[in-house]
Amino acid sequence: MSRTDSKSTTFVMERESIAPPLAVNGLTAAYQKKPVLRGVSFTVTEGELVGVIGPNGAGKSTMMKAALGLIPRLSGEVLVYGKPYKQQRKLVGYVPQRESVDWDFPTNALDVVMMGRYGHLGLFGRPGAKERAIALECLAKVGMADFASRQISQLSGGQQQRVFLARALAQDASLYFMDEPFAGVDAATEKAIITLLQELKQEGKTVIVVHHDLATVEEYFDSVLLLNVEVMGYGKTKDVFTQDLLQRTYGGRLAFLDRSGLAQPDITKG
Amino acid sequence: MTGAGWRSRTSRKGERIMNTLWALLHDPNMRWIFISCTLLGLSSGVIGCFSYLRKQSLMGDTLAHAALPGICIAFMLTGTKSILYFLIGAGLAGVVATFGIGLITRHSRIKHDSAMGIVLSGFFGLGIVLLTIVQHGGYGNQAGLDKFLFGQAASMIGSDVLTLSIVSLFLITICYFLFKQFKLVSFDPGFAKGIGYSVGFYEQLLMLLMVVAVVVGIQAVGVILVASLIITPAVSARYWTDRLGVMVAVSGVFGAISGATGAIVSSTASSLPTGPLTVLAATALFVLSLLFGSKRGLLIRRLVQQRMKRRLGFAYEEQAATASVDERINKEAAL
Repeated sequence: MSRTDSKSTTFVMERESIAPPLAVNGLTAAYQKKPVLRGVSFTVTEGELVGVIGPNGAGKSTMMKAALGLIPRLSGEVLVYGKPYKQQRKLVGYVPQRESVDWDFPTNALDVVMMGRYGHLGLFGRPGAKERAIALECLAKVGMADFASRQISQLSGGQQQRVFLARALAQDASLYFMDEPFAGVDAATEKAIITLLQELKQEGKTVIVVHHDLATVEEYFDSVLLLNVEVMGYGKTKDVFTQDLLQRTYGGRLAFLDRSGLAQPDITKG
Repeated sequence: MTGAGWRSRTSRKGERIMNTLWALLHDPNMRWIFISCTLLGLSSGVIGCFSYLRKQSLMGDTLAHAALPGICIAFMLTGTKSILYFLIGAGLAGVVATFGIGLITRHSRIKHDSAMGIVLSGFFGLGIVLLTIVQHGGYGNQAGLDKFLFGQAASMIGSDVLTLSIVSLFLITICYFLFKQFKLVSFDPGFAKGIGYSVGFYEQLLMLLMVVAVVVGIQAVGVILVASLIITPAVSARYWTDRLGVMVAVSGVFGAISGATGAIVSSTASSLPTGPLTVLAATALFVLSLLFGSKRGLLIRRLVQQRMKRRLGFAYEEQAATASVDERINKEAAL
């Protein structure tokens, strides 16, 4: 596939491999005056799958949105390959939460995936045969080639999620943000997604994933960011995904940990 | 009655309709009204799609009602009935109205629809008061301003048509060239922002285009009914297609047909008002779409359901048949 090859070599030259894919420094964001993120700092190593873990309302999605500039941040700095995000948009792909759009919109799967190319088109540029070919290729990568002309409301939840992933692939980015791609998908889709993430990793891409299922964290991710308004822990999964830090992150919600089979009996007893 | 006689009679009837139409379009006044209404329907149909998909259909209604005081103030200040001044007045009033809605929803627990209701009726009340002042005050040339309530298509003249044509062309051209942006902003604003679109700008632009469509629409249909030209063709078009591009085109055509029908019927049937007839035509198209729409119409849904049921039914019968054969074999084996 010559397209990606030529592109990624230029990307490598641009980013000089010294600057990390993502460096977040002192990120603070608030909804109405109540801070939901306080002084979040972390630096992501190239070619890693990073899981963002934390209880509901811990600011996981907010962290992503603030990093991408989708919501205003009160303070802090976000550098993508050493430069402010605004200059590096084309290097960043984004998979929003599935519920964030109306799937009854009059469009089909192929069309949604082509939207991933819009960032590469000029102001009045229209998606053409080239964009179509790329989009079909990306749909095939997520196993959705047969559904290209399917109206998006006629897709299952898992298929919709895969369409969103294909759209992110079409962005041909180096750094990906994925907001709960595993939420409410069937086993087949979960498998397809994790295979895809592995492939991206093998291509040297970096993927940051908001994740909920603690049972699969160790299996899926190289590094983990434990988040609860502040960073509770960040590092390699084996160093950070520990009883102690999880308990600090999730506070008293041991029942949740219990259900996922992570809490030791002695801890639950106190 | 022989078949040939029947046919010739219908063709004669058709000829007569064509002749009437032809005669109508030869009358310059009628021609202006016809063209204006068609263009109006076309542009509101096109812009209506985006507001419908952004779940802002009622915003058109709010903007229309907000436009009334804007138009009155524009008239009081300038003393002329020019579309351009009205456009500015209505546009400014629309901006104030949207700002007011934003203010209410941000600083209170009042939901968006209630906020729209408050602003819409507040502005409309103010509009009616101003309208009365204009009519009873010492403003010359005020005749016809009250027609803004229900429209005054019959009074449109050549220069109005020129303005309308320019405005419609402008609307459609913008929608054509920025189609990609409007589509993405309507479908997934978060993603659009992520790839660097200034979503706020495009949202404002869409709002502005809606104000323009509303203000020119008021000319023909009036403040109270103009929202239906924004909402109804778009909703009807959705019944025929699953593609946005097609939907926008179909909606524009539906709007144009409604406008044309309104103009023609009002000129033939004894002095019925154009605006309400246009809206009735749009509503009739909606009912047709609801029933016979090729994608979501009630009829097609029924057919699909029945076909599915029949297929499942056959499968069930087949199963039953094989089951009974199995049973017989088993019985025979047992014997």
